[in-house]
Amino acid sequence: MTSRLDVSDGFLGRGDDVYEALIRAHEGLTDDESAALNARLVLILANQVRDPGAVIEAIRLARETGPPSEKA
Amino acid sequence: MGTYVPPRFAYRPAAESRGHTGQRRPVAIVGAGPVGLSAAIDLALHGVPSLVLDDNDTVSAGSRAICWAQRTLEIFDRLGVADRMMAKGVTWQRGRVHRRDAEIYSFDLLPEGGHRMPAFINLQQYYVEEYLVERALQFPELIELRWKNKVVGVAPRQLGAELTVDTPDGAYTIEADWVIAADGANSSVRRMLGLPFRGQDFDERFLIADVRMDAAFPNERLFWFEPAFHAGQSALLHKQPDNVYRLDFQLGPDADPALERQPDRVMPRVRAVVGESTPFELEWCSVYAFRCARLEHFVHGRVVFAGDSAHVVSPFGARGGNGGIQDVDNLCWKLARVVGGRASEALIGSYDEERGRAADENILNSARTTNFMTPKTRTERLFRDSVLDLAPHAGFGRALVNAGRLSRPCLLSGLRLQTEDADSGWAGPVPGAPAPDAPVTDADGQPSWLLNHLGGAFALLCFVSDEAELADCAALKASAVSVVAIASRALSRAAPDVLIDHAGIAHARYGAEPGTVYLIRPDQHVAARFRRFDPDAIEHALLRASGADQSIRSAA
Repeated sequence: MTSRLDVSDGFLGRGDDVYEALIRAHEGLTDDESAALNARLVLILANQVRDPGAVIEAIRLARETGPPSEKA
Repeated sequence: MGTYVPPRFAYRPAAESRGHTGQRRPVAIVGAGPVGLSAAIDLALHGVPSLVLDDNDTVSAGSRAICWAQRTLEIFDRLGVADRMMAKGVTWQRGRVHRRDAEIYSFDLLPEGGHRMPAFINLQQYYVEEYLVERALQFPELIELRWKNKVVGVAPRQLGAELTVDTPDGAYTIEADWVIAADGANSSVRRMLGLPFRGQDFDERFLIADVRMDAAFPNERLFWFEPAFHAGQSALLHKQPDNVYRLDFQLGPDADPALERQPDRVMPRVRAVVGESTPFELEWCSVYAFRCARLEHFVHGRVVFAGDSAHVVSPFGARGGNGGIQDVDNLCWKLARVVGGRASEALIGSYDEERGRAADENILNSARTTNFMTPKTRTERLFRDSVLDLAPHAGFGRALVNAGRLSRPCLLSGLRLQTEDADSGWAGPVPGAPAPDAPVTDADGQPSWLLNHLGGAFALLCFVSDEAELADCAALKASAVSVVAIASRALSRAAPDVLIDHAGIAHARYGAEPGTVYLIRPDQHVAARFRRFDPDAIEHALLRASGADQSIRSAA
C-alpha cells in the first residue's frame, strides 16, 4: 500500500513561525498541562487533515521515528 | 606556519590637540571596525569627506566576524575591496547538519550559477579591516584616519554634535554636522547619550576557539547536535584562511567562563573533534553569552548608529557583521544626498525605518536559532528532539531543524521610499529587494557582471529589444539618473553602450520583457519597476526614492 502521507515541507516558508508559536503555547505550563495541550492539538490537527488514512499513516511514522526505547 | 601579524597604524598628534581649533567636519565616524571603515569609503565614493576616530591603532584582536554573505560581498565589490577578500577567503555554499555521528541533511545556499559573488566567504575580521584600511588610504583627500583618538564626550547640537576626543597628547574637541557611531556592541557613544539597549539575554555559555591545523575538513559549514565528541550539546565548525578553523562549542548555562577559556580545558575539547593524530595550535579563544538587543531608533538628531552599536545578535546565522555592512550600504548614499543638499534630512529617517526592519529580522532569526539549540524546558526539548528524530525521515522535519538561518538581505518592500508595482503577477525582484546579479557582455564585448554596472548612483535598468526602445530609454537620461540599457542581442553600431544578456539570465531573473524598466537605488535595491517606459511614473518614483520630493515640497 502506498502511503497517503505527505511529509514534504508544507510550511510555505513559515516553519520557524509555526515552531515558535508551538513553543510559546507551552510557556508557563506544567508537564501534565503541556502533555494535555499537545493531545488536544493532535486531535485538532488530525481532524483538520480531512484524511483518516493519512492520519493513521502519520501515527505510524511518529511511532517509528522515536528514540529506540519508544519504538514499537 | 606563520601567525597573523597585525599591522600597527601610525598615531599622529592632531592639530587640534596642540591648541588649534578644529575645522568643522561634515561627517565624523566613531570606530574603525568593518562598519566605520566601510562607511568612510562609501562616503568618499560619493565625494563626502569624513574623519574616522578610533581608540586603538590596529585591527581586530581575534577572528571575530568571519562569514561574509553574498550581499555583503556585493557591497564590498562596490566599495572596491571584494577582489582581495575573495582571493584570500575560503569560499563555501554548503552546510551540513549532523545529529550524533550521522548527517541529517545538507543545504546549498546558492544552487544556481550566474552570480559574481559566492554564497559566502570565510575571512577573519582582522583581514577585512586591514584591507578596508588600505582601501581607505586611497582617498587621502576625503578620509582622515586618526588612531588612538578615543571619543570620550558627545554633545548633541542643533545641527550636529561636538565630540571630545582623548589622545596620547591630550584631549581636544571637534564639531561635526553628522556623527556615525560605529563603535560596536559596547558603544560608548550610545552610553554617553544614555540610550537604552533592550532585548533578550541568553544564559547559555559558548566557547569559541580558533585553531590552526593541517586538516582535511571541507569548505563547508559543519554543525552537530549532540555529537559524540561533545555530549549533549551542539558544535559548529568553519574553515578560515591560513589553515585556521573556527570551532563553537555550546557549554550550557552553568559553565564558568574564566575556567572554560583556560587552554587545559579548551585543548581536550578541540582534540575530541580533530582526532588524536592531527597536530593543532590554539590561536584564540573566548567564552561568551549572547544577547539580542537593539536601539529603539538608530537616528538621534545628527548622531546615527550603525552596526553592533545599533543592534546585536547571536552569531548563529552570521547576521552581525553582515548586518553592519548592509547598514552602511543603506545609510551612506542617503547621508551623501543630505550633506550635499540634494535631499531633506527626512531621508535619513528612512535609514531608521529600513534598517530597523532588517535588525528585527536578524534578531528574530538568530534568537530562534539560539532557542532551538538551547531548549530551556522539558517540553521545548521534547519538541526540539522530535524535530531531530523526524528530520531524517521527513522533509517537513528538515525544514524545522534550525541550526542557523544564514544572513539574507532584508526585503524593504512597502516602506516609504519604494513605489508599489502597478502591474501584478511579475516574476523578478519586487520593489525593496536587492537587484540580482547576472553575467552580461559589456560594450567592449568583454564578459562582465550586471551589478558592476549598477550602484553608487540611481540607475534605470532598461530592457530594450530595438533602437526605438533604446531611444526612449536614452531620453530618460535627462533626469538625475544614469541609464543602463540591456538587450538580448547586439543592436546596431549606433547603439554602442548596451549590455548584452547573451545567456538570457538577466531577463529571466528580472522577469523582463522588452520595455521593462527597473529603478535601482544607489545601494542596488529595486525602488520601482515598470512594464513600459513611462517618464512621468519613473520621475515620480525617483523623487520618492531619492528623498527629493520632500525638499521640493518644502521649497515650494
